[in-house]
Amino acid sequence: MEAHAHHKETFITKYVFSTDHKMIAKQFLITGMIMGIIGVGMSLLFRLQLAWPDKEWPILEALLGKWGTDGIMDPNIYLALVTIHGTIMVFFVLTAGLSGTFSNLLIPLQIGARDMASGFINMLSYWFFFASSVVMVISLFVENGPASAGWTVYPPLSALPQAVPGSGMGMTLWLVSMSLFIVSSLLGALNYIVTVLNLRTKGMSMTRLPLTIWAFFVTAILGVLSFPVLFSAALLLIFDRSFGTSFYLSDILVAGELLSNQGGSPILYQHLFWFLGHPEVYIILLPALGISSEVISTNSRKPIFGYRAMVGSIMAIAFLSFIVWGHHMFVTGMNPFLGSVFTFTTLLIAIPSAVKAFNYITTLWKGNLQFTPGMMFSIGLVSTFITGGLTGLILGDSALDINVHDTYFVVAHFHIVMGLSAIFGLFAGVYHWFPKLFGRRMNKNLGFIHFWVTFIAAYGVFFPMHFLGMAGLPRRYYTNTAFPMFDDLADINVLVSYFAIIGGIAQVIFIYNFFYSALRGKKSEQNPWRSNTLEWTTPVEHIHGNWPGEIPEVHRWPYDYSKPGAEEDFVPQTVPMTEEEMASGH
Amino acid sequence: METLLVIVIALLAVAALTQAVRIFEISSQIKDSDSDVKVDDRDNNTQGWLMLLFLIFFFGAFAWMLWEYMELTLPQSASEHGKDVDNLWNISMGVIILAFLVTQPLLFGFAFRFRGNKNRKATYMEHNNKLELFWTGIPAVVLAGLILYGLTTWSNVMNPDNEQEPMVVEIYAKQFGWQARYAGGDNELGYANVRLVEGVNTLGVDANDEASANDIVTGELHLPKGRPVLFKFRSQDVIHSAYMPHFRMQMNCVPGTQTQFQITPSLTTAEMRQDPEIVAKVARVNELREARGEDPWEFDYVLLCNKICGSAHYNMQMKVVVQTEEEFDKWMKEQQTFAEMMAD
Repeated sequence: MEAHAHHKETFITKYVFSTDHKMIAKQFLITGMIMGIIGVGMSLLFRLQLAWPDKEWPILEALLGKWGTDGIMDPNIYLALVTIHGTIMVFFVLTAGLSGTFSNLLIPLQIGARDMASGFINMLSYWFFFASSVVMVISLFVENGPASAGWTVYPPLSALPQAVPGSGMGMTLWLVSMSLFIVSSLLGALNYIVTVLNLRTKGMSMTRLPLTIWAFFVTAILGVLSFPVLFSAALLLIFDRSFGTSFYLSDILVAGELLSNQGGSPILYQHLFWFLGHPEVYIILLPALGISSEVISTNSRKPIFGYRAMVGSIMAIAFLSFIVWGHHMFVTGMNPFLGSVFTFTTLLIAIPSAVKAFNYITTLWKGNLQFTPGMMFSIGLVSTFITGGLTGLILGDSALDINVHDTYFVVAHFHIVMGLSAIFGLFAGVYHWFPKLFGRRMNKNLGFIHFWVTFIAAYGVFFPMHFLGMAGLPRRYYTNTAFPMFDDLADINVLVSYFAIIGGIAQVIFIYNFFYSALRGKKSEQNPWRSNTLEWTTPVEHIHGNWPGEIPEVHRWPYDYSKPGAEEDFVPQTVPMTEEEMASGH
Repeated sequence: METLLVIVIALLAVAALTQAVRIFEISSQIKDSDSDVKVDDRDNNTQGWLMLLFLIFFFGAFAWMLWEYMELTLPQSASEHGKDVDNLWNISMGVIILAFLVTQPLLFGFAFRFRGNKNRKATYMEHNNKLELFWTGIPAVVLAGLILYGLTTWSNVMNPDNEQEPMVVEIYAKQFGWQARYAGGDNELGYANVRLVEGVNTLGVDANDEASANDIVTGELHLPKGRPVLFKFRSQDVIHSAYMPHFRMQMNCVPGTQTQFQITPSLTTAEMRQDPEIVAKVARVNELREARGEDPWEFDYVLLCNKICGSAHYNMQMKVVVQTEEEFDKWMKEQQTFAEMMAD
């Protein structure tokens, strides 16, 4: 027994200021879920507005107060809702909620480490995230409303309280919250990188890492390289807002007031923002792809097809993600030649993405598929990754982007490829590693219902939006009734809102299943999915240091499922290679 | 009343859900201990079949949407470059729909075909370099084609050959409206800056600049058919985006700088009103408007704001009229020049 097994823990050190990666993972997950409920709830409110703009909803008055007088939503709060919905879902749920949870839980467990390289920095990472969440939630309650310049908060709109009320105190808090968030994210990412590089157990070479770890590792590198750029963008915006500088402002006459700012460029902000913003898409997506690789392989009872190609494509996607940011800016008036370069690099991403999609599909082929809820969500992920990824070929093409830029076509594209895929990855991860998180099992039937309702509702919400975009309907419109040419699109908006409400309500099933199972679910066995990876060699009850005795040694890659000659249909990484295997090299 | 009904339905739904959950709980207590957490062959079978059913439903819904919704999308392009853009669009769409129709059945089909059972053993396959090469190569070749075609189109759109000098028109954006400024006979816009905005001179045009005298400021955008028009975009407050969907044109208006985009209108408003798709659209829309007791709508081109810009972003629009040269010249003559406007 290790010495720290005797270490005394108080409630505070165990549940609050914990340095144990497993507890920190749970803290990220629960905080992420709470933020997710807020973010999704907001989307339901603005879906009510978009489908039934003239209807009075008492619920709006109850929730929005002065911004929902007589049950009619105020245009400014509509903008605030879409802004905060985007911010929360992108950063708080799909970055911190997803990466924070599973990088923390799985990196030490799957590489065979007792904890993160620095438990203290890991704890700080969570508490910065917590503070950031608190500030973001507080910003919802300030007098002039929360930030409402869109989740990308482009200046000058975000810099000038005269331009939109949300750019007052609400925007200040948004910037404070995001600064804290960036600190959290950097602390976390540095820890993940150091841990993966230095704390792998004996025999765990980089080529024996599960794809989850590869995905988390590359994601962390992306974060370290790109988040500081967002920080600088935010810092300059804070200066412009509060200290009279002109980084982003020039020649402005707003609300009858001529500003003295001169010489700045709002486009500079967009370059800085999207230098993070595009890698951010993959910071969200790669962990989900890593999770689904692991879950699909385990439940297909087959090795993941093309392990090296999968690692290679993760790296290729990560590299390319740094040189494509300009495709968000085709219509900002950038030099057309620059547009050509960004079109070229952007469309290249389709190649590694196609490789991943085909490898997933081939992994299913001739498998013995076990449809656990985690597996279902992973298959759903592959479906949305393909559907949403394909429309990227349209939007990445500058000549085509002109006409659908900032329309619902874009909303459809990124929600399907990034939002749905990542949230399905998150669900897959929760269902799959729930026994590891809580030592109990989730109810499978509720999982199946949750999957099918969510999956169908999700497509029902976002698929029809392609057609709205092709009809020229801009996003972020408070109502579409100001243009008769959009009148005949009203039915689609109603349909979309119905699916959104159904999909939103379906999450109640998940939340119930989650909390009920965490407290009273069936006790799990040690290796419920008959999986190869190291986390299932640890005891069901969490202990500090993960393994009661020695850390096991690793002898093989993690994907020896249904290996010919083996008795069972799985061979854990801890099983030494037989002489035959040694001779054949794997 | 309807709200009440919705609330009642929502409450009933929640009640039904809780009941369903309780049934699961109770039934799981009756059955053997693992049956509500452990996936067995019966689940694999059911879920496998559901995967197949979903595929059929998914493609059915896709076909239905194509049938029902395609007619709602934008009609033929009203600008010359828009025709090239539409061609590229159609080809790219063809490629992605084909890829969609091939990959989704593979995914859900395999999920169905290889649904697990006790007697099945999965085939151990680690990798296959030929296959990897195949599905790296195919997208690479297809993409090479799309990239070449896309870049050529982009280059033609952004750097059009001009046989005649394009007419210069400034599009001016502010919260929450648009104005246009024509360069007049000299085809040169007078200098303008936001610091010069005063009274009726809402665009901040410099009266001391000779080129500004014959500039013409209007609240409607009129364009002659067949003549290239070079738009210069300015904004006085926040970023706006000038979006003219029928012309396949969009460009941001950025305070502190000027952006541009050139188009050649190819269909007059009168011609577009004859377009069968527009005729059908107007009929659809007017049916809805009549039911609501609103005035009938007549089709017009429109310039709308497509970059979030504040509370009335959703209603920041300007009417666009494409006319024959004669009609356009006649309209132009009726307008006041900047010099005349300032003299008033």
